[in-house]
Amino acid sequence: MNWWPLIGVLVVAIGFMLRLNALLVVVAAGFATGIAAGMDILEILAATGDGFLNNRFLMIFVLTLPVIGLLERNGLREQAERWVLGLRGLSTGRLLIAYQALRQSAAAISLTHLGGHPQTVRPLLAPMAEATATRTHGRLPDSVRERLRAMCAATDNVGLFFGEDVFVAFGAVLLAQAFLAQNSIVVEPLAIALWALPTAIAALLIHGARLSRLDRRMAAEIARLRAAGAAG
Amino acid sequence: MSNTALLPVTALTPVYVLIGLFLLAAAWHAARDDSHPRRRSSALFWGLLAMLFLIGDGLPSAVVGAVIVALALIAGAGGVGRGVRRERCADERAAQAARLGNRLFLPVLLIPLVTVVGVIASKLLLVDGKPLLSGQQVTLLALSLGCVLALLAACRATRESPARAVDAGRGLLEAIGWAALLPLVLAVLGGLFAAAGVGESIASLVASVVPTDNRLACVLAYCLGMAAFTMVMGNAFAAFPVITGGVGLPLLVGVHHAEPASMVAIGMLAGYCGTLMTPMAANFNIVPAALLELRDANAVIKAQIPTALLLLAANVAIMEWVVFRHAG
Repeated sequence: MNWWPLIGVLVVAIGFMLRLNALLVVVAAGFATGIAAGMDILEILAATGDGFLNNRFLMIFVLTLPVIGLLERNGLREQAERWVLGLRGLSTGRLLIAYQALRQSAAAISLTHLGGHPQTVRPLLAPMAEATATRTHGRLPDSVRERLRAMCAATDNVGLFFGEDVFVAFGAVLLAQAFLAQNSIVVEPLAIALWALPTAIAALLIHGARLSRLDRRMAAEIARLRAAGAAG
Repeated sequence: MSNTALLPVTALTPVYVLIGLFLLAAAWHAARDDSHPRRRSSALFWGLLAMLFLIGDGLPSAVVGAVIVALALIAGAGGVGRGVRRERCADERAAQAARLGNRLFLPVLLIPLVTVVGVIASKLLLVDGKPLLSGQQVTLLALSLGCVLALLAACRATRESPARAVDAGRGLLEAIGWAALLPLVLAVLGGLFAAAGVGESIASLVASVVPTDNRLACVLAYCLGMAAFTMVMGNAFAAFPVITGGVGLPLLVGVHHAEPASMVAIGMLAGYCGTLMTPMAANFNIVPAALLELRDANAVIKAQIPTALLLLAANVAIMEWVVFRHAG
């Protein structure tokens, strides 16, 4: 049993734990792994370069930034707040539950691009959530605001992840089917996609239950902070 | 996954050129921004990165690799900063919002709309009954087109210039900072992990500690193995063949006669629970924290951990309940 390949995992774990610059940690882990695999420096540099060129498409999200930046300059976030405050009686929890349900159903019919962190979470969902929370709870303390924003991003991720697998032509389904076929097990992609449904429902229920308690938790946290502030 | 496309990978060149031009413009704006605390090194960082998008294909791989190392060193030395943004004040933005109203939403909606229409339209582009482009190429091209059209619509709606938009985009890019490059570099690391056999080491580690005659222990090993290895790789796709080949097929299907289709479906989703809990999945967890200007880079992960753990437990239960339904 060869343990040396795991040295890169160790470098990442230690580097992240010490909160060193993640970019530097990951490049260092690549070198450690390459050396453990018996590659020389030039080979590691070449593998890094090839990997970069093949995965360049991962940076495509930056193309949304000029659009979002220009619209934010012209009040997109403020308009998102105005719009959501027009919906009377919408609590922050319900807003996020509705977003998750929409995001997950859209992803399940392959519309994975209806949403995303630069396109919808930052300019639309986060300001809407903050506006509804401020309407209910008054001005939000910084720690509460941070947690709420993080929850918006989390809700987008959960909706996307557990929706997209239900779609039969999605990459993960085809990957799983191709892998089974390589191992002489023939199944229909539809059979795989179908069995993503129970987990999709569980995700909706579990994350939804957390979101339905969100307003009560924010109220308790704010009351606690105010009491601590008054006592101090 | 569909490698049957007729056009080669170079079909994506226009996408890379667009990204490169934006990064180059960001470097130029940073270089000229005298309010910028790290003017030169920031401009160098974005400029080098732009170069890799514009002319990277013509460079030897090792040179590209050396530039990546240089970028990591610049970032590690704290060389990537933010200009002191001369943003519009809140009152001005509120006034614009009141003036423009829901017209502001239209360009945002245009991005997914064009992407979806483009993907559907491309299905009709057949040469000799084969698709002209692969699914991923189509999505990326359509998304880029969506961004360009949305940019034009946004300029029209706000009566501002594309140059102003690029500078506003640069502000967002600097808010994300070097983390923008992290998903890419992690994908590179995943490739090196695979080449070095990290997966095989982990699979044999898992298999060596599991009591193979206990059915529930095997289900736990497969689901937790998927989640844990996904946390290491930052990607359930990378973990899937390793853990399914090392644990799922030999133990669950081989020993306990699990039904494979439902097993792989639920196993993949157990991996997704790991994605929610790892900084290695930077594009989902770290970049959004930067984009939302959170002080804690791990805030999104912390918000996701309760959901991820409960859902992982649910996956174990669903798998135990479902995959043995035909076994005796």
